[in-house]
Amino acid sequence: MKGKRILAALSGGVDSSVAALLLQRQGWEVIGISMDLYDFSKVTKDRAGTCCSLDDLYDARRVCDALDIPYYVLNLRDEFRREVIDPFVREYTTGRTPNPCILCNEHLKFRALLRKADELGAEGVATGHYAVIRREPSGRCRLYAAPDESKDQSYFLFSLESERLRRIHFPVGELDKEEVRRIAEEAGLPVFEKRESQDICFVTDDSYTEFLNRSGIQEEEGRILDRTGNVLGTHKGVLRYTVGQRKGLGIAAKEPLYVVAIDADRNEIILGTEDETLSTSATAGRLSFVSGAPPAKEFRATAKVRFRHPGEGATVRMEGDRLRATFDSPQRSVTPGQALVLYDGKEVLGGGWIECENASRS
Amino acid sequence: MRRIYFDHNATTPVHPEVRKAIEPYLSEQFGNPSSIHWAGRDVRKGVEDSRQEVAAFFGCQPLEVVFASSGTESDNLAIKGVAFRKGNEGKHIVTSQVEHPAVMNACRFLEDHGFRVTYVPVNRYGIVDPESVRKALTPDTILITIMYGNNETGSIMPIPEIGAIAREAGVIMHTDAVQAAGKIPIDLESLPVDMLTFSGHKVNALKGSGGLIVRKGIEIEALTHGGHQERGRRGGTENVVGIVAMGKSFQLLRRCMEEEIEEIRRLRDKFENGLFERIPELVLNGHPTQRLPNTVNISFRFVEGEAMLLNLDMMGIACSSGSACTSGSLEASPILMAMGADPTDAQGALRFSLGWGNTDSDVEYAIGAIDTVVQKLRDLSPLYPSTREAKAR
Repeated sequence: MKGKRILAALSGGVDSSVAALLLQRQGWEVIGISMDLYDFSKVTKDRAGTCCSLDDLYDARRVCDALDIPYYVLNLRDEFRREVIDPFVREYTTGRTPNPCILCNEHLKFRALLRKADELGAEGVATGHYAVIRREPSGRCRLYAAPDESKDQSYFLFSLESERLRRIHFPVGELDKEEVRRIAEEAGLPVFEKRESQDICFVTDDSYTEFLNRSGIQEEEGRILDRTGNVLGTHKGVLRYTVGQRKGLGIAAKEPLYVVAIDADRNEIILGTEDETLSTSATAGRLSFVSGAPPAKEFRATAKVRFRHPGEGATVRMEGDRLRATFDSPQRSVTPGQALVLYDGKEVLGGGWIECENASRS
Repeated sequence: MRRIYFDHNATTPVHPEVRKAIEPYLSEQFGNPSSIHWAGRDVRKGVEDSRQEVAAFFGCQPLEVVFASSGTESDNLAIKGVAFRKGNEGKHIVTSQVEHPAVMNACRFLEDHGFRVTYVPVNRYGIVDPESVRKALTPDTILITIMYGNNETGSIMPIPEIGAIAREAGVIMHTDAVQAAGKIPIDLESLPVDMLTFSGHKVNALKGSGGLIVRKGIEIEALTHGGHQERGRRGGTENVVGIVAMGKSFQLLRRCMEEEIEEIRRLRDKFENGLFERIPELVLNGHPTQRLPNTVNISFRFVEGEAMLLNLDMMGIACSSGSACTSGSLEASPILMAMGADPTDAQGALRFSLGWGNTDSDVEYAIGAIDTVVQKLRDLSPLYPSTREAKAR
């Protein structure tokens, strides 16, 4: 890799900064880049702690100054709107709870940036993700969860197939967070104390509805029902709810009630007891497998239905361009719109987007 | 790596004679020009000599020159200074759609404070039609502010004609001449302009310096209230070093602007012709002749300006895609959009601006490097016809 050029995607955080540093130590000619995705001044005043705000761009620039590498901010606002924000808004209106970070990885970090790498004569793109890519002599690449389970981000990367992984690097993927901070501190990078980024970058947890309203989505009051169709109350708009939610329902009942389903077409929220949030299986579409194809028509895997889900053994059956995962034991809050990611041990096999879940009728 | 600077509309290197002229003001000449004693007196002389040089260059009186920190501050002083002056009751301002952000955003600010602003359009060469300015006038128009030479395309506005319209209507005329000053002859003795903005660092002086010429009889309100400096029109101890630097720069320009400009025009034309001969599918943005002699703005079709800019940077060639924004990223230029440019072409636009220090060999190297980069990027572009044909085969 001596002298070979690579783009290091910098968020202004400690992980991507150390990633750039490590690449430089390995002998790469590193070009620091950040993505200008969105006019964050439109969202909220304080965007500290998320990807890509102006303050973060400043930090990224100072890291590149410290590494003495060039730094460019690439304008990808059109792509971000088209590939991330528009689908995010669309998903909500169909009653799903979308995961924009996966779309951003798939379309921005590892598609648009690879195109930029071509334009700038670079071999590939590196980020600060915690996940591991193994390169086999044949050229085939496999994707694994990070050894540091508390930091593992492989869930967000399931849609990267081997062909693309060949040009992607996760230099901090096998380290643990403390080690990354220590490297940053020893190298004098000005970001070693920064706190973790948390929220989705263009919207904070408490401003979803405001964001969606501004995106032209009108909210309408509707009925809150139980599974058998009894009216329990009214809601202010389906956007405000997500499957598995318990708080903020405003319904008094003998036992705690949870959102078990959202019917956007009929503008209805369905509540149920804790037991009724359990699903025995889930179907997923828009599938992607790292190797390019599922391992078999029917296979065993560990399924994760959301980020930080510990994973559950499942039997997976391919059904045309969809799959059905039947869990060994029923899972709580399987939410349409989230990704279903399949693992064989630590290895990411692939996954898809949850379309519907089958409630446990126990 | 070879380094070639083709971004003189962004800023310019400091002229060695300017550096020599300011040296005493970085050591023994440290006084405050407002002080009565010897230390202040000598420095005051330096400031006033500079004022005289600037006035001589523009053909106005020394006391009509107000020194400020930048072209931006001077534009703000002109526009808000007229809007907020005592006794003003007019609420309407006329400007154009292709102004520098300093003028554009000062006008937007005034719109939030009860003023109305008409942004007159430009033709496809980026030039304002004087008649559209005349038509925009209303009984309570207080100011016309139109730039002299456009920073992105170099197109030159018909300021004498627009100024005549302003005079006829009894409206104050301001022009932002930051890019034009030092590149085309400007003589306020014959030019019907009441206020003119200039900048130091665009003419081989220092960043952090600029000024506004306010012709006698024009009243403006100060924006920076403080001491009596600049006759009360701009409080704050003078930026002596910056002012002395500007004095020297404009003195040099008065002596040899004509020859220097002819040389820069020759290099620019050689560069421009070289590109158009070597590379197909180029679009010239701006007027072919009514244009600043150092500027050429070209759209490289089927290529993104951003990718061009970064590749050229990696080859040591500094150019620009228009005004840099806060984050340093690129948007399709609003100026090119106002000219009715195709949005895709506008995204592939680059501005090259030559200046003092450029050579024939710079031009030749740059043409070769640009040719290489354009070919490389067009080979990657799915939109480029020959790529498309190759894929079809």
